[in-house]
Amino acid sequence: MSVTIFVPRETTALALGADEVAARIQGEAAARGVEVELVRNGSRGLFWLEPLVEVETAAGRIAYGPVEPGDVAGLFDAGLLEGSNMPPLCQGPTESIPYLQAQQRLTFSRIGVTDPLSIDDYYAHDGFRGLRRALGREPQAIVDEVKASGLRGRGGAAFPTGIKWQTVLGAPAEQKYIVCNADEGDSGTFADRLVMECDPYLLIEGMTIAGLAVGATQGYVYLRSEYPLAHEIFNEAIARAEAAGYLGADILGSGRRFDLEVRLGAGAYICGEETSLLESLEGKRGMVRFKPPLPALEGLFGQPTVVNNVLSLAAVPFILSRGATAYADYGMGRSRGTLALQLAGNVKRGGLVELAFGTSLRELMEDFGGGTASERPLRAVQVGGPLCAYLPESQWDLPLDYEAFAEVGAGVGHGGVVMFDDTVDMAEQARFAMEFCSVESCGKCTPCRIGAVRGVEVIDRIRAGDNREANLVLLGDLCETMVDGSLCAMGGMTPFPVQSVMKHFPDDLQR
Amino acid sequence: MLNSTFQPWTPQLVRDEIDALKHKPGALLPILHAIQDRCGHVPHEAVPIIAESLQLTRAEVHGVISFYHHFRTAPPGRHVLQICRAEACQARGSRALEMHAREVLGIDYHQTTADREITLEPVYCLGNCACGPSLRIGDSIHGRVSPEKFDRLVDEMTTQVLEVS
Ligand SMILES: Cc1cc2nc3c(=O)[nH]c(=O)nc-3n(C[C@H](O)[C@H](O)[C@H](O)COP(=O)(O)O)c2cc1C
Ligand code: SF4
Ligand code: FES
Repeated sequence: MSVTIFVPRETTALALGADEVAARIQGEAAARGVEVELVRNGSRGLFWLEPLVEVETAAGRIAYGPVEPGDVAGLFDAGLLEGSNMPPLCQGPTESIPYLQAQQRLTFSRIGVTDPLSIDDYYAHDGFRGLRRALGREPQAIVDEVKASGLRGRGGAAFPTGIKWQTVLGAPAEQKYIVCNADEGDSGTFADRLVMECDPYLLIEGMTIAGLAVGATQGYVYLRSEYPLAHEIFNEAIARAEAAGYLGADILGSGRRFDLEVRLGAGAYICGEETSLLESLEGKRGMVRFKPPLPALEGLFGQPTVVNNVLSLAAVPFILSRGATAYADYGMGRSRGTLALQLAGNVKRGGLVELAFGTSLRELMEDFGGGTASERPLRAVQVGGPLCAYLPESQWDLPLDYEAFAEVGAGVGHGGVVMFDDTVDMAEQARFAMEFCSVESCGKCTPCRIGAVRGVEVIDRIRAGDNREANLVLLGDLCETMVDGSLCAMGGMTPFPVQSVMKHFPDDLQR
Repeated sequence: MLNSTFQPWTPQLVRDEIDALKHKPGALLPILHAIQDRCGHVPHEAVPIIAESLQLTRAEVHGVISFYHHFRTAPPGRHVLQICRAEACQARGSRALEMHAREVLGIDYHQTTADREITLEPVYCLGNCACGPSLRIGDSIHGRVSPEKFDRLVDEMTTQVLEVS
């Protein structure tokens, strides 16, 4: 009888040697004359355990990790195929690993469980239920369901998704578009990538539902070129979904059409900003557009366009299949549903943590993250990407909620949590914020284009002790000018990390 | 794709890529990607050909190429090695790794080693942020890259090339 073994095929697992582990498993099985079926699943997102090998047993799937290629022969000797318990690599039944068990996985319920490219797997795990529901409904009813769920855009700005869809639905036009923002430029974030690599049909289903809701027949996924594996897997998923009738001219025999294409970005952070993204999709330089008009009214090629983040669209199938209330029951205040948190940087147990809004940052970093990887004291945390503040310990008890974070001048952004231990030089981090902006600015407006370059220079002078007090005042002024005078959030928010360093870590600017 | 087996560019190759893609709305980026994937760069000589086919000015095409960090106008070395410079990797020691890399390779970012083996480029996040420092060689991402692991990877890259030639 053949034993099923799972070895992830996902960027982080591969970065840590998953292919070599898979090859060794096959080699070992062949040498021993045992039959194994090797499934290349997605990752569960428990990255400190990758490569995480799972074995299917009568008692469910048993997990072993982190498995190095050199561990494989020993694992076979010790009874891997029977799922026997061998410390330290055996983690027991996968579903009982506390890190996973304590999560509330709605969007990520399937990742790591299935073979990402198997439509049968997807179907067997509740896939396409939302799409089937949507096909039987009027566009307005779909939009109403999304509105009632309270879903807010997960790309950073937290704008209500249902209201955006309503605007596009109400805009009369021959052609409308669904554009998925898969630029995921923020450091410390990888949840979009996980969706595309580990559960690609989920995004396909979400985008198709969006198309049905607003009357769009063409979708584009704008994917960053830094994600080659996501590109490969997602393209293959599109081809298979088309062949199986889930995409194309006649979705599941309904007579409704939706086509999908992936377009690759080219290494520009600003192309995550939605209007730059649209320019880039049109084949131009990714320069920010003035708003209004909103993309919902005049978006791609001048037509009404929904632009949504991967996670916003990936939340939609659940909302349609289980109902708006089931989703809205999670969360706090005006932040409904779950948030995909990504624990990164100097963290012991980094990975994906999906939880209802409202958990405190400290709980997340300690209970899930287990503290720093270096085992030194944690000093600063950047939540929400390179344009967001660094939080000192006094702010770690904040609940993860858009409003609570906004109140202290911080942001939740795309849910990236980047941890730094006490060896960090915060002056260097402030400098980097300005440097990043100078590298990535689209150049349309002066406060951002010139201000960021000046910002680097002023911080260099401060760090060199050259006229320090005067330069600190200058840096404060410069930040204000950028906040007030920039056209988009690139220049308008770059000062946030800098100001947070000035406010919460002033000593580092005095060394 | 950051491939290590690039072809020499020819006007025909450029025209073929354009013809295969120009029916797409907003075809310029896909065309530039296709050319760079095959030749390793977008040669200056391709600009007028692209401009004419898409009915754009040369300045417009050049403006797009120069806007994006990914596109280059000179051929890279046999391998393109990108080091992640973003915050999550910084928190795991990427600054030290960058210094080490520059020292070992004897080049700075956007340069190619004298033997044309390796081109060094910065990148801002590879989505491997829980297991940094991260780097990318070709289409493979590597995690938890210590200076020792870096040296090993460079070794493998250069010896592999010897075996091939
Ligand atoms: C500089 C900048 C970079 C951005 N990068 C991204 C990104 O990488 N991914 C993303 O989904 N949204 C990004 N956004 C937000 C988008 O402009 C937009 O709000 C989002 O795609 C809308 O989708 P949502 O409502 O589903 O969040 C960025 C915004 C700015 C100003
Ligand atoms: S703030 Fe910066 S990125 Fe935004 S439009 Fe102005 S120059 Fe461009
Ligand atoms: S910050 Fe380096 S991989 Fe994300």
